[in-house]
Parts: sequence; structure tokens; C-alpha cells
Amino acid sequence: MRYANGGTALTGTYITKRDGMAVVKLDSGYNIGTSPEKIELVGRPAPQPPAGAGVVVQNPDLPDLAIISTGGTIASRVDYRTGAVMSQFSANDILRAIPELGEIARYRDRQVASILSENMHPALWQELARAVYDEIRAGVSGVIITHGTDTMAYSAAALGFMLKTPVPVVFVGSQRSADRPSSDNAMNALCSAAVATGDLGEVAVLMHATTNDDRCAIHRATRVRKMHTSRRDAFQSMGMAPLGYVDYPALSVTLSDEAVRRGTGEPEIHDALEERCALLHFYPGMPSCVLDAFEGYAGLVISGTGLGHVATEWIPRIREMVADGTTIVMTSQCLHGRVCDRVYNTGRDLLSAGVIEGEDMLPEAALVKLMWVLGNEPDPEKAGVLMQTDLAGEIRRRSV
Amino acid sequence: MMNYQELGLKAGIEIHQQLDTAEKLFCRCPTLLRDTAERSGEFHRYLRATESELGEIDRAAREEMRLVRKFCYYTYDTVCLVEHDEEPPTPMNPEALEVCLTIAKMLGMTPVEQVHTMRKLVIDGSNTSGFQRTALVALSGSLPDGCLIETICLEEEAAQRVEDEIFSLDRLGIPLIEITTAPCMHTPEAVQQVAGHIGMVLRSTGRVKRGLGTIRQDVNVSIADGARVEIKGVQELDLIAEVVRREVERQVGLLAIRDALRERGARVDHTVVDVTALFSGTASAILKKAKSILAVRLYGFAGLVGREIQPGRRLGSEMSDYAKKCGVGGIFHTDELPAYGVTADEVACLREFVGAGENDAVVIVAATRQRAGCAAEQVMIRAEMALSGVPEETRKMLEEGSTAYMRPLPGAARMYPETDVFEVEIDAARWERIVVPELLTDRAERFVREFGLDETLARQVAFSERLPMFEKAVAAGVRPTTAARTLLATCRELARDGVAVGRVSEDELLALLSAVEAGRAAKEAIPDLITELARTAGGDGAPLDRVDAAIEKMAPAVSEADVEAIVRRIVAEREAFAREKGMGALGPLMGIVMQEIRGSVDGKVVSETLRRELKRLLA
Repeated sequence: MRYANGGTALTGTYITKRDGMAVVKLDSGYNIGTSPEKIELVGRPAPQPPAGAGVVVQNPDLPDLAIISTGGTIASRVDYRTGAVMSQFSANDILRAIPELGEIARYRDRQVASILSENMHPALWQELARAVYDEIRAGVSGVIITHGTDTMAYSAAALGFMLKTPVPVVFVGSQRSADRPSSDNAMNALCSAAVATGDLGEVAVLMHATTNDDRCAIHRATRVRKMHTSRRDAFQSMGMAPLGYVDYPALSVTLSDEAVRRGTGEPEIHDALEERCALLHFYPGMPSCVLDAFEGYAGLVISGTGLGHVATEWIPRIREMVADGTTIVMTSQCLHGRVCDRVYNTGRDLLSAGVIEGEDMLPEAALVKLMWVLGNEPDPEKAGVLMQTDLAGEIRRRSV
Repeated sequence: MMNYQELGLKAGIEIHQQLDTAEKLFCRCPTLLRDTAERSGEFHRYLRATESELGEIDRAAREEMRLVRKFCYYTYDTVCLVEHDEEPPTPMNPEALEVCLTIAKMLGMTPVEQVHTMRKLVIDGSNTSGFQRTALVALSGSLPDGCLIETICLEEEAAQRVEDEIFSLDRLGIPLIEITTAPCMHTPEAVQQVAGHIGMVLRSTGRVKRGLGTIRQDVNVSIADGARVEIKGVQELDLIAEVVRREVERQVGLLAIRDALRERGARVDHTVVDVTALFSGTASAILKKAKSILAVRLYGFAGLVGREIQPGRRLGSEMSDYAKKCGVGGIFHTDELPAYGVTADEVACLREFVGAGENDAVVIVAATRQRAGCAAEQVMIRAEMALSGVPEETRKMLEEGSTAYMRPLPGAARMYPETDVFEVEIDAARWERIVVPELLTDRAERFVREFGLDETLARQVAFSERLPMFEKAVAAGVRPTTAARTLLATCRELARDGVAVGRVSEDELLALLSAVEAGRAAKEAIPDLITELARTAGGDGAPLDRVDAAIEKMAPAVSEADVEAIVRRIVAEREAFAREKGMGALGPLMGIVMQEIRGSVDGKVVSETLRRELKRLLA
């Protein structure tokens, strides 16, 4: 295009039209927005040759890993129509972007979804679990799942309950988009490959341990939470130390005694989920009629105040719901510590109304667990017992 | 003397100026520079080049990738997660955009309708994100000599390099404008003049930062048959012409070398020879400790590698700059050997071993095997370039105005949209609202005209950082000459004598000038009063009270009767002297009286009283 402004004519490339403005990339590299009448077509660009498909040489002597992609910022690219960062890369693109991965393992890629993680849902958790299970059965040494960070902890917890795995299943993401030189994607991906070829034998989340590019932390899938909107070290193990660390760039993995080791048990999948479950965050003054929205739900996790409370006026309604067959589990919005509904009157009344104490489970993990328990255990009483039993490391026997 | 017209000199400049806004461009941190000793923490990161929107890795970025480097950043309590690259940027600071638009308007430019912030790939570590945010704001301005200003951009300042791979984050994100002229200057002096003029325009806004490092000029230079070379970071205005002169000299020198090489049929041998064993018993410390020594053969290059192309710089220096990108300390070449502990025998042995004749040059690099290999390759690349003339490059200025190679000229591929920042519309109403300030040169002329200041003082005031205070004082009724002299000459002299003038507040200075104007203290007392205010700075009381206290202490009120009495006593004590000198005693006696009344009374009053008293005595 030719762009005329203030006596100078410049040339550039027309990118898109947005909000009535033409977006032009000038030859200097700058984008500007201009009224469409200020630009005129001088020629059409030769079609861009497709970006060279960089071939990653796979070393047959290295262990086999599966990279299962779901989208998210570990694989993102700019969308010029909206100007937004969008998930676009396949697992193959990740290999192209981070060639050093080829020194750690051989990879098979598989795409379950290409979505932003806020668009995740339980049916996709199931699909993901089945894909991972298939790969484990096919004999891979480990599985890496690339995932958007917003809801990565939910997906990880879901797989934690649905799968028994003798090999590492590692969720990894990035907090800085992959298009930027400072992205944490490469370091996180390399560290996840180190873990996936290592001695771990459970589902975990791997992300930066600090703001430095020196160490990643390995978190248990059912006890990890995103605790910061934007920092690289947003993910934290709650109520326990991380399962281990990976030093970078050495890529040496250290596991804690508690981490389940490779080869423990046989692969199993139990992928049934009861989706009619919800998580409710209580606030002072929240009317009890809110509960009406969950009428007929199979399960409800309440993120209550302090030791696990809601307003007294809720109790009659809760009693009715439990009587109608809804399993209600109490967790705490404190996130740290254990629920105890035996200290104050409100708590005792909640227990007598049939509420189950969620021990020290994270509210999100409790929700996912409730879906899984109710999906697999039809007897409400047994389901209640399971909710208070540690199934995948989500409940700690002792608070320390 | 060079004939620049004949050489086809074309030069343009890019001026980078920090803006004096309250907050940074894309976060709410203050634009405050800090002492590295005040840092509150450090962290470190790696950067890697990524595919830009056009799917290419920019060649300048690729060059930086040659070394995988770990960067360390110093952080402060005046820095936030945005500078840490741990939080998305805030919307563009409207104050900075307004200053940028003001400057654009002063330069007769046309704003773009919608400003888009871009990410400019910079992976030398100076930006934690690996890119610099920059936006094109206006186009097509002009200068008094007809030279064209192409663009003005608003961008964020990079982090300050502390040393090597350590950067300080206080500077990162300070708003910076970049003004780019067309290559419309044809003599070194014209370049300096244009830079000076633009600098004056910038300072006229009163909203740009002052002091060393707050304004930097990049100079683009080419001659016919030469190549475009960008010289980064010329901080002193006075050096610009010299930098241009030396770059022309360098390009002329390189072209002469090219011609000589072609005439000799020179060529570069692309096979590297391992000569490590030759130097096993060497006295050269550098060669002795090297794991690997590699030689590059340059046939027909003898004498030209060592030929000077700029004061202190040879073709060999250029090769050395390229080799340093691989992490080696430098190179040795046969034009400069024997030296550095390498003996004539060793050189002869080297020549023989690699099969180099007397018309040939040999370059050796010493390092680890990998680094030496990389460096040898770089030397060959630069030697090939010498055969075709002047390479396009970005260079950095050295002391005195010579330059060294930094990296290849960046291409357009290094920019892609900053998707975390919304576009900003600049509609007609917003553009209309921008008020164009008076140019400092115009202001100086007005001060001469309106206030009767002499030209030098008027210019000094107009260009001084104290200009706003001067204008306030004059608006408050202080005589312009008194205000100008006090704020410039007196303050500067006192500061030179070690008085902490900087600790006296603006309000105190204004109160002091008003007190003098009201006759409550004499002009002569100003230095003592400022000294007293500086001494007691930080004490209690409103500025007005503190000035009163200073007057009370340093220049207590003296009534007319007191003046009469003092004058009479002093004349009486020195009656013989007065009688001998007659009215000529006025000057010496004046000094003694003024010392006693310490400037509490205007000199004019004292001098009249003294004159009267002397006349009375002599009558």
C-alpha cells in the first residue's frame, strides 16, 4: 500500500481492518492505524512461501515421550485480525521452537485440543485422560501435556484421580507467551522433558520455581494451585513441599521421598465423571437462594469461611438439599489449613445437616474429586467416605 | 581536508531523548534513576530469539544469539513486576504521549490517526522481555534548513548496563522519544548543527530529562560506494561532527583497502589451520594458556590488515570486533607481529607452516576449540567483506569519536505488534489541544527585549533548568536581572565553593528574592542568606519564616539612623586616611562599612550616606 500523510508517502503492507481503521505495517516495521482513504493499493505481495518445516532430528537411542497438546500459552502466536495472542501451535511446532528437546528424548505428538484453558471442560479432561492412557499403554517412557495455565491445576487434578500411571505424566505451561524472547516456555518444556524421562511415577505440574531462570518445581497434581495472575512462579504446592525440582540449564531432577516412583503399579483408567457438580464461593451476606441454582445437582463443594462456615440461615436449605440427594462438601477459602466444623455452632449445625468436611483439600481439587467420586460410586454414603479418604494425594493425614 | 560533496556524504540522525514524566511509559513506577548500591534484589534470565511475525529470526537478533548468555538484573523498590517481565504492561502513559505530540507539533509533523505499540526485538539483555516497546506517533516534519524529519516514535528506555551481562532496571521503561531525520545532511558540521537545533526544541518543552545520558544521538553515515553505517550512542553534542568525519575517513580507508586487495587478486582461504602445537613453548601468555590456536590465511592481505582506517583503528581491529562475538579476547595478525610476546622466529615458523608468503597475512585466534573455531569463521567473514568494501553495520562510539563494530544493521523483521497494549486514537480535537511552547531561542530574545537582560544572560536563563523558577520570580515582581543573576551566577558560584545550594528549596529562593525586592535585605546579602538557608536546610518552619530567620541572623535590620552612626564612626576612626585620599576614600571605606552591616542595607543607600559624611568632613 502507499500511505500518504503530511506530504510524505510511505509504503507498507496492509494487515487488516479493525474498528473502521486500516492497519498498515510500514516498511520500517511499524504498524499504524489509518483511515482507509489515506491508503491506496500499489500491488499485491507475492504469496509468502510456507514457513520452512524445520526438521527435528530424532535420536533413536533416546527414550520415547508423548507430547499431548491442548493449547495455551506454551504454544501461542499473534492473530492479526484481532491483535490478540492466540493458541495456534501444534505439538510439532513446539519441537521446532525448542530444538534442544531433541537431545533429551524422541517425541510423538498428539493434539487433544487447541483451546485457551478457560474453555476447558470435564469432557475434555476425560478425552485427555484417555489419550494419556493410550500413550502409556503404547509404551512411552513419559507424557508431557502442554496446557494453558489458568485451569491447568483442575485438569491435572482430574487426571490425578482418573489415572493410575507407572510413568511420569507432566503438565507444563508458560506464563509469558511463546512469541517473546523472555518466554518461560522453553525452560519449562525442557525441564518437563527431564522429569518425563526421569524417576517420577505420578501426575504432576511443572513450572518455574522462582522468578529466576534457574529452577522448576514439580507439584503434585491434586495439591497445586495458580497463586499469581502473571508471575512465572505462580504455581505453588499447597500444604506440602513440591515433589521435587529440576535445575536449569543442567536439567538435573531431584525428587522428594514422597514423590511416587516410576514403575509403581500398572496403568489404569477410571474416566467416569459426574458433571452435575459445582463449586460455590461463599461471601458475607450471600443469600441462601443462590443454592436454588444447584437444585438437582449431584454434588456441591462450598468454599466456606475460616474453618468451613456459611451463614446460619443457609443451614435449613442445605439440609433440604442433602435430603434430596446432593452431596455437599465443605472446604475453606483460606486455602491453607484444614476444615473443622466441630468447633463452632454453625459448623456443628452444618455437620448435622449432612455436610461432609473436606479435610484440607483445595476447593478446586475437591470439586474435581467430587465429580470423579460421584461418577464412580453410586452409593452416597460410600461416596461420602471416599470424599474423606486420600485417593490421589489430595488429603494430608497431618497438617504440618 | 576531505571534500564531502565529492565523496557523496549523506548523513542522518536519530535523537533519543528521555521524557521527564511522573511515571514510566507502560507501568506506574516513577522515572527515577537509582544508585546500584540501593538495589533491593537481583534475578537472572536467559533470552532466546523467536520467530517474528514474518517467520524470520532477525539478523541482528541472530547475531546476538551467537552467545548463549545469562543476564542478571538489579531491581529496586521503585521498580515493579512490569519491568521484571512478570506482569503485562499498563496502557500507554498519556502524559508521555502528550509530550511526544507536543514535540511533533513543534517540528511541524503530522500525527498518525491511531498509534500502535510494537515489540522491537532486542535480545542483548537490555530489555527483560527481549523486546523494546515502541510506537510510531507522527511523520514528516521539517527543520529550518529544509532538512526533513521522517518520524517521531515514543518508546521505552532500555535497562542500563552495569557491566557485561548485568543490567539495572531503574532506567527500563522511562519514556523515550526517537526522532529520525532523513539522510539530508552533507557535511559533518551540518549534522552537529541539526542535532543542536533538535536538542533545543526538545528542551523548549520543559518536559524532557536533563543531564548526561538523558539524550543520545545515533548517526547514520554513508558515502558514495560506501555503505550505511549506524553509530549508536553519541552522548556529547560536540563530538558529533568528529564522529561523522572519522566514519567518512574509515569508509574511504576501507574502499582504498578494497581496491588494493582487488588489484593484488587477494583472497580468503576458508580452511582453518590448527597451529596450537607451534606455540607450545611460546613466551606469549595469551597463546600459552590457550587450548586451541587456529590460523586463518588471507592471501594478498599483507600490510593492509594493519593499515589505519581511523585514529587507533585498523582493518585488524574490525576483524577483532567480529571475532569477539564468539567470546574470544581478540586476534593476532602478522601485520602487527612480532609483538605481545610472540617472537620473530615464531612468526616465521607460523608463516612457513601455513604456507603464507610475504604478501599474505595470517590471523590467529586462541581460545577453547569451539570459540576459536567460531572466531576464525568470523575473521573470514569480515575478511571477505573487505574484498567488497564497506559492510552495513551498527557500530558503537569509542572515546574521541572512533567506532567499533556492534552488530549488523537490523532489518524490518524485528518488529511485531505488542498485543497487550491497546491502540490509541489521535483525533483532531486531541491534536488541537496540544499547546506549542515558545522555543528557547525565541524566549532568550524576548528576555532581552522585555527584561533588558544582556544576550548572554538571557540565553543562559532561557536554556537553564532554573527557567521555571526565574519566570515565577519575575511574575512575583522580582527584578529580572536580580532573579537571573541569583539563580544562575550566584547559585553556581556558591555551589562551586561547596555550599549545598541544591538543598535550598524553590519556595525559599522565591521568598528570599521577594524579601530583597521588598527592601528587607540588600542584594549584597543574597550569597550569605543562601548559604545560611543551605546550612540549616531540612529545619523546621515555612519557607517564608526560614528566610526571615536567615535575614535576622545574617543581615539583621539596620535603621537609617544606625547606618548614619556606623558610617560616622568608621569615617571618624579613619579620618587621617579620609583627609589624605579625599573623595577617593569612598571606595575603600565603602567595603569596610558593608562588611560591618553585612548586606542588611542596599549598597546604594550606604554609598550615599558615606558620600554625605565624607563631604561633611572634607568641607
